[in-house]
Amino acid sequence: MASAYKRRRALDVLARGACIGAVLLALVPLVSVIGYVTAKGIGGLSFDLFTKLPAPVGETGGGFGNALLGTLMLVGLACSVGIPIGVLSGVYLSEFGHSRFAKLVRFSADVMAGVPSIAIGIFVYTLVVLSMRRFSALAGGIALGILMLPTITRTTEELLKLVPDALREAGLALGIPKWRVILRVVLRTGAPGIATGIMLAVARAAGETAPLLFTSFNSRFWPTSLDKPIASLPIQIFTYAVSPYEDWHRQAWAAALLLMGTVLVLNIAARMLTYQKDSGR
Amino acid sequence: MKNTRNLLVFMTLALGCSGAPTPAEPAEGTPAPSPKEMAAAAPPEAPSNIAIEGAGATFPFPLYSKWVAEYQKIDPRVRINYQSIGSGGGVRQITERTVDFGASDAPMSDEELQKPKGKLLHIPTTLGAVVVSYNLPGIVGLKLSPAVIVSIFSGDIKTWNDRKIKADNADLKLPADPIAVTYRSDGSGTTAVFTQYLSKISPAWNEKVGAGKSVKFPVGLGAKGNEGVAGQLKTTPGSIGYIELAYAKQTGLAYASVKNQAGKFVEPALEGITAAASSVANNMPDDLRMSIVDAPGDAAYPISAFTYVLVYDVQTDATKGKALAEFLWWAVHEGQAQGPALNYATLPPELVARVEQKLHSLTAGGQPLLSAK
Amino acid sequence: MSPAEQLIQTSTERAPRTPSSGFRLRIVGEVNLGDRIFRIVTATFASGAVLTLAAMAIQMTRASALSLKRFGLSYAFTSNWDPVRDAYGALPFVYGTVVSSLLALLIAVPIAIGVAIYLAELAPGFIRRPLGFLVELLAAIPSVVYGLWGIFLLAPWLRDSVQPALAKGLGFLPLFKGVPRGFGMLAGGLILAIMILPTIASVARDVMRAIPNTFREAALALGATRWETVRTAVLPSARSGIASAIVLGLGRALGETMAVTMVIGNRGEISSSLFAPSATMASVIANEYTEASGDLYLSALSELGLLLFAVTIVLNILARLLVSRMGRMPGAGRA
Repeated sequence: MASAYKRRRALDVLARGACIGAVLLALVPLVSVIGYVTAKGIGGLSFDLFTKLPAPVGETGGGFGNALLGTLMLVGLACSVGIPIGVLSGVYLSEFGHSRFAKLVRFSADVMAGVPSIAIGIFVYTLVVLSMRRFSALAGGIALGILMLPTITRTTEELLKLVPDALREAGLALGIPKWRVILRVVLRTGAPGIATGIMLAVARAAGETAPLLFTSFNSRFWPTSLDKPIASLPIQIFTYAVSPYEDWHRQAWAAALLLMGTVLVLNIAARMLTYQKDSGR
Repeated sequence: MKNTRNLLVFMTLALGCSGAPTPAEPAEGTPAPSPKEMAAAAPPEAPSNIAIEGAGATFPFPLYSKWVAEYQKIDPRVRINYQSIGSGGGVRQITERTVDFGASDAPMSDEELQKPKGKLLHIPTTLGAVVVSYNLPGIVGLKLSPAVIVSIFSGDIKTWNDRKIKADNADLKLPADPIAVTYRSDGSGTTAVFTQYLSKISPAWNEKVGAGKSVKFPVGLGAKGNEGVAGQLKTTPGSIGYIELAYAKQTGLAYASVKNQAGKFVEPALEGITAAASSVANNMPDDLRMSIVDAPGDAAYPISAFTYVLVYDVQTDATKGKALAEFLWWAVHEGQAQGPALNYATLPPELVARVEQKLHSLTAGGQPLLSAK
Repeated sequence: MSPAEQLIQTSTERAPRTPSSGFRLRIVGEVNLGDRIFRIVTATFASGAVLTLAAMAIQMTRASALSLKRFGLSYAFTSNWDPVRDAYGALPFVYGTVVSSLLALLIAVPIAIGVAIYLAELAPGFIRRPLGFLVELLAAIPSVVYGLWGIFLLAPWLRDSVQPALAKGLGFLPLFKGVPRGFGMLAGGLILAIMILPTIASVARDVMRAIPNTFREAALALGATRWETVRTAVLPSARSGIASAIVLGLGRALGETMAVTMVIGNRGEISSSLFAPSATMASVIANEYTEASGDLYLSALSELGLLLFAVTIVLNILARLLVSRMGRMPGAGRA
């Protein structure tokens, strides 16, 4: 009996050690990549970066102000497309999700997760840019929204499925209509997890270049309207990073750091908005 | 707490929606724009800004971005937005007319010229070169003859101390290491120029591999973009690859002198590139589409190439068309002085005369856009 | 649906509708209308996903028509990709995609689940939040930056330290034969693994955190060790969620273009060695689409996208079968 317990103890320590080992292993690339970006980018950070427009080669100064604003606007557009459709689809799949149609939706979301971002860009190009005969921020936002859709849908579904039935039953037992139970009780309980899904999607969307190449194009100027090309951080980073100029490289790394920082801020904001005291967990 | 949160949500949404069209105030309300922008955004009495969109090749992007900034000082109304999405992208967008001008390293083929509705003009704007760059610690001044280059990239010559390489480089101590070939994995004008050169000097290469923006290289590893090749070269001793001159110069990679048609080993310096262009300037076809690889002349660097701007000869918008024509006129005259500092070669004078003719032929609404100069 | 739910549902359906009651009245019959509208609204939004996918598939098929007609099935089974001669065979890219993605999963899934378990169950409070943020931060790095890190840090490290060590110790396996160049399948798989790690870890962590404490308390009360608690109380209920996280990660790996193309060597070869260069379908599309000219060439690239669709669908079906085979145990929600 004692030896069986010893064995279980040993297994426990081993397993926990393995988890810690996994964390340490994951920390290696994490620290390496984040450290690399920070090291290369911190030198280029300056107030100008946030406020100036890009300068041509050879002229020092210049910044990514328009690209930062552009990325925020594009992400905002993408969220207005991706979040409603994604969350409501996730709700549908979780609460009403046993029909053949629901299986089809789930399957579509999974397959869409695997579509390369450039294919989404080309799709939106054919649909929106060619119809409008111009590149536009709108097209870029739509492309990013489609990119975000599968992640938000599936994480919403999975997190809502985990809300205990007891909560639903309690609501129904009180006579609250089912739709109200879902909106006020279930969604609210699942909000932190849904926020994670949304933030993961936003993080990806904010950093993608390919979907924007053919849709929002890029611009040297401050954004003025949604139906014109708009600057964005990932494309500006890409353009500068692939140039031969050391000065532009430095700015590209600083912009990459800026992008990471922006997403981190958005992440923290999302966490604060969905903060719940740890009750029931 | 809940009310604060709702307020925050509302504000975030409102901020997101703040991108709604506000054409009247382009630069206000956002963090301090530069003085140049303020001037351009609030002209006292002149007509509003002329926004011109261009797309295409990555090779001339640094020069074009310098040009549009300089030109904006001359004519503040003109706001040109050029983005590098690739030569093929440039050709496609100008064909679809989603941009006002395109840019391509390789001239369009006859097949491609069938597609646009309207006649597209090729305007050569500047020159560049493809250099053969290598990473051999301690070795500089490598000389390569055409046959050797073909053999290396075909995989026939496998090590650095091969006698064929030694034949041209008796003074260098070449190691016995294997040659690691690097090529471009993405379609590019650089590959097009390089393979055009190889095809021209080697019928065997033409037969086996051919020329184009994207070809099936017999050996080697592919890297994405000039910077990818440069990066791979820098981190891999014993490697060789082809990149734009500017990348070799800026990253400090060594590059080889190549033997030209006249039998001289020429370094890819700007004079050599311009020399290549001027030696063929008089033989250029009317539409100015021409490859200048393996050009004749003692001083010519054999792997040089033009880059073109693509415009429709009949412009739909007279104001935009005039601004574009005047910008291009400036670019091939005063603008050329900006080139050398950025590693671009200037157009030879004989060619500028031909380009002037082309620019005079641009019209809108039946009227030529440029007054006879 | 839980039995209680079913009971409530039937009783609302069978109740008579009273006249004169507005939409808001919580009389049993009227409740149905609000529910029905809600269901229709959410279903409409859900159909958005299906419609978008269908539209993409249709547009891609139309764009590939020329290539489909010309090459037929040989497109997917030949290995010659030659744009100059307009001959296209995509088999090496299919191989590259599948192998690099599976390699990425093989490396990332165990580590991600380990990280998720640690974050959800084992980490002390002051570590949990920052570490969680750090992991999610990895997802915010643009692929271009990953690619550059790969060229300047990962590939040289592989070439100089890892690959020679593998070749010395395990060189008899065909997996580790060949000249170490740094760039190649191994680098591609590794970088993909790093990129999908945050997705899988974050979602799995949230799934585990959502499981009510009562389950854990029950296991602990029965005398389970920490690990046994996780194994019996948390993981089974989290199974569906973790599977979805893995599928999302797989999707990202299949569709990733930039970072992979910068380190994988971009050579369409089929080789059993992990040291050999390779190319994935997504990277070929990204590399060649912007510059491609010529109708057949563009059509062939669109067909490559279509082929990627097909591969994604097949892998998804396989993943589903695998999950349902592993069995589902009753969980906290509707697992």
